Amino acid sequence: MNISDIIKPENKVYGKSGLLLDKEMHYCPGCSHGTIHKIIAETIDELDIQEQVIGVSPVGCAVLAYDYIDIDWQEAAHGRAPALATAIKRLYPEKYVFTYQGDGDLASIGTGEIIHTCNRGDSVTIIFVNNAIYGMTGGQMAPTTLEGMKTATTPQGRSHITSGFPMKITEMIALLPGVVYATRQSVDTPAAERKAKRSMIKAFKSQQLKKGTSFIEIVSTCNSGWKMTPVEANIWMRENMFPVFPPGDIKDETGF
Amino acid sequence: MGEKILLKGNEAIAIAAVRCGCDGYFGYPITPQSEILETLSEMNPEKDTGMIVLQAESEVAAINMLYGGAGCGKKVMTSSSSPGISLMTEGISYIAGAELPCVIVDVMRGGPGLGTIQPAQSDYFQITKGGGHGDYRTIVLAPASVQEMNDFVDLSFDLAFKYKTPVVILTDGVIGQMMEKVELSPVKPRWTDEEIVKLHGDWASTGKTSDRKRNIITSLDLDPHRQEVFNMKLQSKYREIERSEVRCETMLCEDAEYLVIAYGLSARVSQKAMELAREEGIKVGLIRPVTLFPYPYGVIEKAVPHVKSILTVEMSAGQMVEDVALAVKGKAPLYFHGRTGGMLPSPEDILALIKSIAEGTYNPGDFSGHNKLWL
Repeated sequence: MNISDIIKPENKVYGKSGLLLDKEMHYCPGCSHGTIHKIIAETIDELDIQEQVIGVSPVGCAVLAYDYIDIDWQEAAHGRAPALATAIKRLYPEKYVFTYQGDGDLASIGTGEIIHTCNRGDSVTIIFVNNAIYGMTGGQMAPTTLEGMKTATTPQGRSHITSGFPMKITEMIALLPGVVYATRQSVDTPAAERKAKRSMIKAFKSQQLKKGTSFIEIVSTCNSGWKMTPVEANIWMRENMFPVFPPGDIKDETGF
Repeated sequence: MGEKILLKGNEAIAIAAVRCGCDGYFGYPITPQSEILETLSEMNPEKDTGMIVLQAESEVAAINMLYGGAGCGKKVMTSSSSPGISLMTEGISYIAGAELPCVIVDVMRGGPGLGTIQPAQSDYFQITKGGGHGDYRTIVLAPASVQEMNDFVDLSFDLAFKYKTPVVILTDGVIGQMMEKVELSPVKPRWTDEEIVKLHGDWASTGKTSDRKRNIITSLDLDPHRQEVFNMKLQSKYREIERSEVRCETMLCEDAEYLVIAYGLSARVSQKAMELAREEGIKVGLIRPVTLFPYPYGVIEKAVPHVKSILTVEMSAGQMVEDVALAVKGKAPLYFHGRTGGMLPSPEDILALIKSIAEGTYNPGDFSGHNKLWL
């Protein structure tokens, strides 16, 4: 096969999802958000549900997520995305509804909304990006910040004596009967990314069952906030985040 | 004539919501308005009209559910009372900023803080001047009867969708709890999803189809130039509302020498005082603002040259009276009588006040509550 054969359309094996818009992303180079956006766009594409999807973006780095994926969006107040999702799903039960939230949005200011949406078992998908830090506001402590981790508001390193423990919100959520699927994934390698995408497809498809909430945590890097290179950040995440937030399914009652 | 039944104000709100084709109610219990959520739960309209009724985990969640539902082009509504409205205020700012239509009922109780569960009108500033962060207003309707509690629900939805803005029905614990005969509104079917796409498909999240660009509901624009342009657009919408939507009731103002200005329950009490004064030959008239934003400054301004003095009656320590003062412009003496903490004005007190003003013996210390020659 020569080059002219290789570039023939019928030999194309992979392309950018048409749902991923060409707008230049505001995320820092090396940030996990871009990859996660790509997975979501591919999931919506492959399930062919663009006309039925409504996304809810958070306050935090991903506040502008609506600029990048070609679907209808609502931008929520800080932490309140699950409340929006509940209402949208109740009023449009046949639509696919998802929230996209960071650790500050979901696990700090939004704990009330996330727990009650999951407890009601609203058949929506929650995408929880956990990078253990507040990225947009400049690197302050998050509920998921590791013990000893230095941030702008824990310059001596987080201590549970003053600031509590890293919160394992996905394990907490998995305990609720309203949750049909709870998993923790990462996107630091092509293999991990493929696995995360399989989980994303399962999470969206589970909405068809109308059996409960699907919750997908993605342990992510914030190399700017962590003050590392992207490569260093991936290594640091594997060595330090994974022992506290181990990837894998926590609960799966989808039957898929 | 439609069907007339005896209802509490709160029940009338609930029944009117179902009858006017509301799609979703999201609320949280708080006295003195829990009957709205309870009545809707009892009615269980989902089986008849498909209307969703959901008890939220907090007022914060409830108002954000409104944002989500309104963002879909659906007719959504919540209700609460003063402390709960404070919690909702952040969300109301977002809804105004995202230009979404919805209806919010505030059955006021006394404050500040946990205050009391008894009625008050002390949320006037909070509700009529925006209340949350940023430059925004909500349209505010003030019912003075159970009939108006019923009528204003449908009207509020019409105004909310006409201007894509939150509308507040501002009432109090007495009107919420008292029973009167009500002629129910005609039944309107809910919009179908197809109708919503047709009516609101140019802005609402209904799912992006190939024939249109994606719709984004947001109150965010990080570009200062665009954000200012947006703010100017919002303000011109509010000016249009001020030009077109002022509603006001005047009673016996034609020959009035003394003018009472009051809204909601205070207007009902003042109306009785006016009748007692007329029996004694004192020519009293009443102006009752029905919309508190837009405020009927013009109606008051026109009445001022014809009267000797003006009395504003409120269940607050003096809030609406500041708007009255803006209209009076110092051209007539303006008196204030306010009751707070759940205490109500009485027709006898108001009559005695008017008589003392007429006779030139006014002494603020002679009367209960808050009394002042305001301006």
